[in-house]
Amino acid sequence: MAAVVLAGAALATILPFLWMLGVALRPASDLYAHPASILPGHWSLDGFRAVVDQLPFGRLVLNTFVFAGGTCVLLLFFDSLTAYALARLEFRGKNALFVLILATLMVPFQVTLIPVFLTLFHLGWLNTEHGLILPRATSALGIFMLRQFFVQLPKELDEAARIDGAGPWTIYWRIILPLSKPALASLFVIQFAALWNDFLWPLVVTSDPSKRTLPAALTMFSSSDGVDHAALMAGAAISLSPLALAFLLAQRFFVQGVAASGLK
Amino acid sequence: MTALTTGTSPGPRARRRLRWNPAYAFVAPSVVLIAVFIVEPIVQSGWMSLHDWSMGEASHRMRGFGNYADLLHDSRFWNALKVTCLYTAGTAAGQVALGLLLAEALRRTTWFSSVLRTAFFFPFIASMAVVGIVWRFLLDPQVGLVDAWSGHLGLGHPNWLQSTSLALPTMIGVGIWKGFGFTMIVLLAAIQAIPTYLYEAARLDGAGRVAQFRHVTLPTLRPSVLFVTVIATIQGLQLFDLSYVMTGGGPVFHTESVVQYLYQRGFVDFSLGYASAIAWVLFVVILAVALVQLRVLRYRDVD
Repeated sequence: MAAVVLAGAALATILPFLWMLGVALRPASDLYAHPASILPGHWSLDGFRAVVDQLPFGRLVLNTFVFAGGTCVLLLFFDSLTAYALARLEFRGKNALFVLILATLMVPFQVTLIPVFLTLFHLGWLNTEHGLILPRATSALGIFMLRQFFVQLPKELDEAARIDGAGPWTIYWRIILPLSKPALASLFVIQFAALWNDFLWPLVVTSDPSKRTLPAALTMFSSSDGVDHAALMAGAAISLSPLALAFLLAQRFFVQGVAASGLK
Repeated sequence: MTALTTGTSPGPRARRRLRWNPAYAFVAPSVVLIAVFIVEPIVQSGWMSLHDWSMGEASHRMRGFGNYADLLHDSRFWNALKVTCLYTAGTAAGQVALGLLLAEALRRTTWFSSVLRTAFFFPFIASMAVVGIVWRFLLDPQVGLVDAWSGHLGLGHPNWLQSTSLALPTMIGVGIWKGFGFTMIVLLAAIQAIPTYLYEAARLDGAGRVAQFRHVTLPTLRPSVLFVTVIATIQGLQLFDLSYVMTGGGPVFHTESVVQYLYQRGFVDFSLGYASAIAWVLFVVILAVALVQLRVLRYRDVD
């Protein structure tokens, strides 16, 4: 009995996504005739065709991948470098730096949004990839997460490597990073998902439609008159698909990553 | 005199200070980015909030706390704050209650419960923009599934997003649906960490499922519940995407959030000083919540 209720609730939870696919795969006439049915009476791929025709779609998908992927790669590199220094090297100002990084976690990004927008404006970086990417290319949360992971790796590893003549870069690149794949993967997943789904930031930095990312462009499309329902739902489905696929294939990393991001 | 002696014979400490430390090369990229894109903007934002600062003007008039004083008399700001607080309270309460209920229901790991868990978590993966678009159409009076079904069920067609009394509750419902999977996952992890002997002992004492939940699960879970409540609260306070996409803040500002008003003032009207003041008010509210979180986490450590 409880199982039936739960299964029903689970189905109701994902129903909006099933309906989204249903609308994407049916002509508008079918939708207006039978709005209460989830499955199309007639099937059609026009929605997917329309979204490709009506939006610079390939461009938008590419932009989103460049933004989310490029930022993530840089972020993983910069964060792990800093986390390595904080966890395993000695230098003046180390504690102050760590406290400063933790303190920035408290500040909501809406506070920095306006000055950063101004800076990008003065640099002429609005509507550019580097303008989108660079301000996001390091994350205090990432540094913190990786530092916590690096600290608990055994110190003897560094000592042994140092006796063999390894410098800090070699220890970082050949020992610490390979041992930290699970932490790096979790960080990659949460950051990639957050960037892929980010809305306000690309909305502010890009106004040129060909520079937009998917979430920001879709809403622009949805507020124009005479919207093609099928096209909009197809666009939503396509924008959801990479993360949905990644989630279904690698749930473990998603759940680990999300639980860790909860620490924010 | 002392300065002269230390200057002529540098001690080991001073010499160490002069030596280049390779650690600086490791932290340099992040430090530069954090300085340029986080620390400096925080200071600048505070400075701007004290000025009459419009986009493109060369001179910016200092006006002390004038922007903040204006906020006190800005009814649109108070409305946005009220909307944001109602949304935050509604979504946080709903997400925690639903998450707790489902975490308890899915406590034992079977293939069935892991399938259900995936389904419940799924909306969390979608972006707020996609969620907003899909729900706007689900609730559409002409083609929306929810609207059509509510008609069949005799609930009529209440015009979910255009009604001043229904728009915000509807949005809260969507917010809960989007986020309860996260709460559930975090609480589930906490529940599964509870030693099973506690449940066995309770069962030996004759406790049923409800009593076990009340006397074993809930007390042990208190820190985790407080924790997810704070997370849900901080997220709720930053409401923007959902209201922007679903209603645009309407009908007549009934769903306009603080961040949306900030966006309007900053990036549509280009009153950057005023928008900065709004950002700082938001900052103070979120900081207050975060300080509660710190206390909660400390409590957790003691536990």
